[in-house]
Parts: sequence; C-alpha cells; structure tokens
Amino acid sequence: MESQSDASTVSLTKSGPDRATGLKRKNGVARNHVKKDRGGGQSVRRQGFKLWMLIVPFIILSLIFSYLPLFGWVYAFFDYQPPIPLSESKFVGLQWFKMLVQNPAQLHTIAQVLINTFAMSGLGILTSIFPLFFAIGLNEIRTRWFKNLVQTLTTLPNFISWVLVYSVAFAMFSSTGMINQLLENLRLIAEPVKFLDSDSWTWIKMLLWSLWKGLGWGSIMYLASISGIDQELYEAAQVDGANRWQQILHVTVPQLMPTYMVLLMLSVSNFLNNGMDQYFVFQNAFNLKHIQVLDLYVYNIGMGNNSLSLATAISMLKSLVSVVLLISVNAISKRTRGESII
Amino acid sequence: MSKKAVKSVSPAQRRTTGEKAFAVFNGAFFILFAFLCTYPFWYLMINSVSDNAASAAGKVNWWIQGFHLENYKQVFGLEGMGQASLVSLGRTVIGTVLTVMASAFLGFMFTQKKMWHRQFWYRFFVITMYFNAGIIPAFITMKNLGLTNTFWVYILPAIVQPFNIILVKTFIESIPSSLEEAAEMDGAGTMTIFFKIIMPMCSPILATVAIFSAVGQWNSFQDTLIYITDNKLYSLQYLLYTYINQANSLAASVKANAGTAMNVAAMATQQTPTSIRMTVSVIVVLPIMFVYPFFQRYFVKGMMLGAVKG
Repeated sequence: MESQSDASTVSLTKSGPDRATGLKRKNGVARNHVKKDRGGGQSVRRQGFKLWMLIVPFIILSLIFSYLPLFGWVYAFFDYQPPIPLSESKFVGLQWFKMLVQNPAQLHTIAQVLINTFAMSGLGILTSIFPLFFAIGLNEIRTRWFKNLVQTLTTLPNFISWVLVYSVAFAMFSSTGMINQLLENLRLIAEPVKFLDSDSWTWIKMLLWSLWKGLGWGSIMYLASISGIDQELYEAAQVDGANRWQQILHVTVPQLMPTYMVLLMLSVSNFLNNGMDQYFVFQNAFNLKHIQVLDLYVYNIGMGNNSLSLATAISMLKSLVSVVLLISVNAISKRTRGESII
Repeated sequence: MSKKAVKSVSPAQRRTTGEKAFAVFNGAFFILFAFLCTYPFWYLMINSVSDNAASAAGKVNWWIQGFHLENYKQVFGLEGMGQASLVSLGRTVIGTVLTVMASAFLGFMFTQKKMWHRQFWYRFFVITMYFNAGIIPAFITMKNLGLTNTFWVYILPAIVQPFNIILVKTFIESIPSSLEEAAEMDGAGTMTIFFKIIMPMCSPILATVAIFSAVGQWNSFQDTLIYITDNKLYSLQYLLYTYINQANSLAASVKANAGTAMNVAAMATQQTPTSIRMTVSVIVVLPIMFVYPFFQRYFVKGMMLGAVKG
C-alpha cells in the first residue's frame, strides 16, 4: 500500500517537468516517459546512488548477520565434526533428515520434544486472552493512582531477564528457598517440597512463570485500546439500559477483538518458536523430559552433544515450517480481516 | 490514557451489590498480583543486606535484619565480577549508541525518495525480521568469521534492527517534510539535514529505541551462552547464571575445589552461596529497577508504535 503511494508521488513529481518540456522533445518523451527530465535525471540518479552508498555498510552488516547464516544450512547435508572443516567433511545428503524419522530412539525423542513444544505454545495461546481480561479488570478500577501503580508494578517482571526470573524462582522455590523455609518454620512440612527439581506439572509451571513475567506487560496494549474506544458506544449502551457488566461484554470486548486477533495470529505463526532462554534456565536433570522444547533441543544437541549437523537439520526444518506458518496465517488474516499482519 | 476510560464509568450511576462485590474482588486480585510481581525483588534486596545467618535460617521475609553491606563488598571483590560488570556496561552503552545511530540513519535514509531502489533495500532489511537461520548456523557463521570469543559478537549483530528502522521511518514520515525541504533549499546536504534537523526531531522515538535496546543488551544472556567460552567476556547475566547453578552443588564443590581457583567456592566459606546469589541478583536487577519507573512511558510508547505498524 505504502509503496504504491510512494511510487505515485515519485511519478507525479517526475512527470511534471516532463510534460513541460515534452512538447519540444517528443521522441524522448515517448521513449522514456518517466526517467528523462531535462537531463536532470542523470544527476538525480547519481544522487540516489550516492545516498545508497551511505547505507552500504549497514547492508553488509545485514548480509553477514541475517543472510549469511542461511548458508549455514548446508551443514545439515554434511557430517560436520567441528575441528574438521566443512571442505573435508563427508557429504551425507539427507541422512540427518532420514534419521529423524527412521531411528526409533530419535523419533521417540523428537516426538516428545514436539509434544512439549505444542503443549507450551498451546497453553500460551489458550491463555493469550488473559491480558485482555487483565486490562478490562484494571480499567474498572477507578482510583487513578492505584491503577497506575498496579500497572507499573506488574510490568516490571517483563524487563528482567530469564536468568533473573530463575534467580527469583530459586530464591523462592528451591529446597532452601523462602516458601520451603516458611512452610518448615510453620511445621507444615517435614521435608522441603521440590518445586524446581522435579518433573511434576512442568508445563503448567512454565506457563505460570511466563504469565508472571508477561501478563502485566501484555495488558498495556489493550489498556491503550480501551482508552481509544468511542465513548458514544458506552453512552448508547447506557441509554439502552446496559449495566457495567453488559457494557464490558457488548462494547469493550468486541472493540478489543481486532487487537486480540492480530496478537493471536502472531502467536500462531510463532508456534514453533518458544525461544530457549526460559526453558534453558529452568531445565535440569529432573524435568528435562517435559521442558525440552524445539529451540532448547536444538541447542542441547548442537552445543551440548556437538551434533551440529543434526541440530542444523532440525533448525532448518523448524525455520521453514515457521515461514510457511507465517505466510499462511498472513493469508488467512488477509482473507478474513482484509489486512495483513506482517 | 486512563482519563477517558474513567469518565465512562462515572455517569452518576449507583453501584449495585454485584458491582460492589466485583470491585472488591477485582481490587483484591490486582493487589495480590502486584504483590506477586514485586515481593520477590524485595525479598532478594532485604536478604542481600541482612545478617547472613538470619537470612539462611529463613527469618528475613519482610524487613532487613542486622543490616550490613559485607555481601556487596565481597561480591565486588569476586574475581570476574568487575570484569563482567564492565562487559555488561560496555555492551549496553556501545550497543545502544550504535543501534540508535543506525536506526535513525537508516530510518531517515529510507524516507529519501531519491535513493537508488529504495523500496527494494527497505524490504531487504525488513524481511530479515521474518526468518531466522537458527542458532547453530548462526554459531557456525560467527565462528567462521572469527567473532566467537570477541566482544564484538555482542555489538555487531545488534546494530541493524529492522523493527527500529520501521519505527523511525514511520515517525519521520509523520512529521511535515516542509522543514526538510526548506533546509534543502538553503543548500543543506543530506547529512546536515540528518544531524541538524532529523535527529533532534526524532528524539522521542530514538529515546524509545535506546531504552529498548539498552534493556535488551543488559538482559541478554543467550549470546554469551552460545558464542563465548572466554570467561573474561562473560556478561553479568551469564555470571549470575553460573552462580545459581554452582550453588546447587556448592556444598560439594567447596570440598572438592578447596585449593583451586573456584571463586564462588572460596567465597562460600565467608558468605553463604545463597547470599552471594541474592547479592548478584540485586546488582543485576537494580539498574533495570532504577531506570524503569522513569522510562515507563517510553516503553509504553514503543509498544504502541510497534502495535500500530505490527
């Protein structure tokens, strides 16, 4: 959309002088209607090229750090053992991809990893409506300073790293942590409860941590949307005799739905990309089975087990599926909402 | 943002019992959640300055007991701690300055309609938001480039951030171009216009970019994990992670490593592993807590702008 308007303004400004001189140089105009204008075109183009030269360093940075790693995908087709350079590594074709589905043990692990990934992302999507409720609830609070205070305090966890979240978790929930000590001092338990070093409820715990970190922050966008809702809608609802609850249900929620849908679609397109920070810091020998999502698994086998080729094969598949997901979600969005999300 | 919303509630309607009950429940929920979000930080802080024995016995839950700053003195004396602070500080400052400059410059350049194949190059940058080679290919690339175990691995990949470029470009497009044109008439070159006119006008959006970038740099952990094995280049976040992990088995390692250079283990004889962990956590979180309330509006603005563009 934007590119079109740009193009049209460009051609407008350029066709101006063209038309002025056009009568004199009919040939030139007919041949090269847009580009030639009083020979100034040459200098404009040179200027444009000079401008481009200024961004070349950044193009190089982008090439190196965003595009070049794509060529790293070739390692998925070799048996790459780090000290030996790629040129001396054996070309194995699709061996790693075949191994993923043919080796039973590997297949079993991959299946579990996928289940974990789907569970965490699924739970994330199921709870993605929570920030919306959070915002509506917060908006119902009438004391302004309290509302602002809550907003400030609840968005804070979003700005700390997952390492710090883990440090907090450790201080609170480890066997010598605050909760266990409190329970022991109250003589409620004899043995410390293993909140962290166990595999019970791993998915739910991870969900709770990400809610703790992200709920307040996630609600900010909805709060802003709420304040942008046309007040006449509420007045009309009041005239119709709607109470607060009905106003929320029939005015606020429908008004927030477009925002919610965009975010929902984005999280669907990121279904395979859980990131690894959270799961990496919380992983240990006990919960490994249920905490290993795709991103973490790729790291663990690549950097931990040094199976760089296999890890590359998996991350390549993951990236390709993600791009396909993004494109299809975008297509759905275009069809249903008439707007693209990317 | 709340003014209008508050008004919508008010029009002199009496609250029903149900609504009152809801208000109480609602308020209670937010008090509880706000408490859950802040108490852990408070807990870490009071324990880091309290008597270590009382802290170890779990007696420090609400207020400081036996105030002392020995933990901080000891922690800053830890070998590696000063270095890690420098690394974290360095990457935050240098990384932020460079990415702000780059975002401002590229955002501005992409509003220059004359530029050679402007749309193509704009998309060339923006499209990188939507694909990712993965960490292993990225690691191999960095290794081949000789960037692993260098400070620059923290900085260089973070300079060009397409999202920030979009933010700045959108912002510049929203301001009237007459000023820029006037300057051009007066013979100002592209760079003069950029530094003298565009940069000052963009300061609100650049502040947003700066803060997001600074928080990102300060909090970043994964890049140390993947690219760095040289402990001189550890960031604070990574150091904290190793401390937490070592604390798990510290009791054992104190005996095992009695003579070796294990800093944490050596420290444990004076301070408890827990006190060290908490103190380091506080040091890591303090800068964020300190800047956060002042810059909250920028965070919010950044998020809103991001939402608008999507």
